[in-house]
Amino acid sequence: MEKQATINLEQQFQDRVDQDIRIEPKDWMPEKYRQTLIRQISQHAHSEIVGMLPEGNWITRAPSLRRKATLIAKVQDEAGHGLYLYSAAETLGISRAEMIDQLHTGKAKYSSIFNYPTLTWADIGAIGWLVDGAAIMNQVPLCRTSYGPYARAMVRICKEESFHQRQGFEILLTLSRGTEAQKAMCQDAINRWWWPSIMMFGPADDASPHTAQSMKWKIKRFTNDELRQKFVDICAEQVKILGMELPDPELKWNAERGHYDFGKINWEEFWQVISGNGPCNKERIAARVKAHEEGAWVREAAISFANKRAQKQRPAVA
Amino acid sequence: MKTFIQIQRYGDYGDREPVKAEGATQNQADWPLWEVFIRSKMGLDHKHVGSLHAADAQMAIENARDVYTRRQEGISIWVVESKYIHASNPDEAASFYDPANDKVYRHPTFYDLPDELKAM
Repeated sequence: MEKQATINLEQQFQDRVDQDIRIEPKDWMPEKYRQTLIRQISQHAHSEIVGMLPEGNWITRAPSLRRKATLIAKVQDEAGHGLYLYSAAETLGISRAEMIDQLHTGKAKYSSIFNYPTLTWADIGAIGWLVDGAAIMNQVPLCRTSYGPYARAMVRICKEESFHQRQGFEILLTLSRGTEAQKAMCQDAINRWWWPSIMMFGPADDASPHTAQSMKWKIKRFTNDELRQKFVDICAEQVKILGMELPDPELKWNAERGHYDFGKINWEEFWQVISGNGPCNKERIAARVKAHEEGAWVREAAISFANKRAQKQRPAVA
Repeated sequence: MKTFIQIQRYGDYGDREPVKAEGATQNQADWPLWEVFIRSKMGLDHKHVGSLHAADAQMAIENARDVYTRRQEGISIWVVESKYIHASNPDEAASFYDPANDKVYRHPTFYDLPDELKAM
């Protein structure tokens, strides 16, 4: 009897998803759907927050006031994006404190790209063009994802994200028209960021066990490989404007497929970085934990202040 | 009957906790959750845009400014603690909205009028 009731609810849920009716926080949903969303949205939020660190590294050393102001604005946007996403995840019944704890203890993952270091100013350009470019490619379809609060957060994020990519490309364009040293710096940054960027779409479809279910629930709208191919096709053209090269000797237009062919991805590196052995994993988490711990007194003071003020405002009882 | 299904609800953050004694103060370190409503320009309604954590109303408004209006998206902000939001139950939607189902005569197109009739 109870099992039958659950099956009916699951069928009704799937029917709604199939009709493109959004699922909202108060609606019944399969437990697995909730868990998948919590994992995906919180990972996404963590990525935004950790993503501030490699870029924050260059705020004090930006080459001009204009570059500095835009970089600050961009990093501030990333914080905002993290907050939109944490709020969306909280509607699924997980608390903010729990999510932060999962990040700090390594239980929750974040995008492996942020475990690479930003060695030169050109890296800020490459991150904007490639990393934000890949993020946009992933995020645009998520504006139509089946869970309402997540879709709404993504709409807001996508609106803001396009300035990020454009400012990055502008940095690279400037360097690509500069001195020989600047050109070399530009190419070097592209060389280092290209492969990690195309890994951002996640494992190949045949190694991605959750894809089929996520597609059925319309959490995902395209597979990892579909989005990766789209990204490669676009970047292969854009790089020509920079007069630079993508570091892939096998990158070649395939007229038959109507797409660029590209070389084999080093998945060993991908899994190594995800499992904590990237160049900056420890540094990133240590920086987050430090910020959280050193901010503890601020959070406590704010609560005490609010409580004190609430006490004062309460009319005295005779 | 459906007690075996765990339903988490948006507005339930407050409903699930025991009602606080009058004047009781918060002691948990986590800032409460607030819902944010923004008027994008004069003449339009405030619209729900999302939520955030803050220690008190003033901080919630200031955080809402930083989180939701970085590009001049608003000229007025309302915040309300999420626990004070009460919501209708989607499980009862069919019966709850039933009274309006058979009243098409509430719409202007219900009425048969000649085409020559203008300006109506």
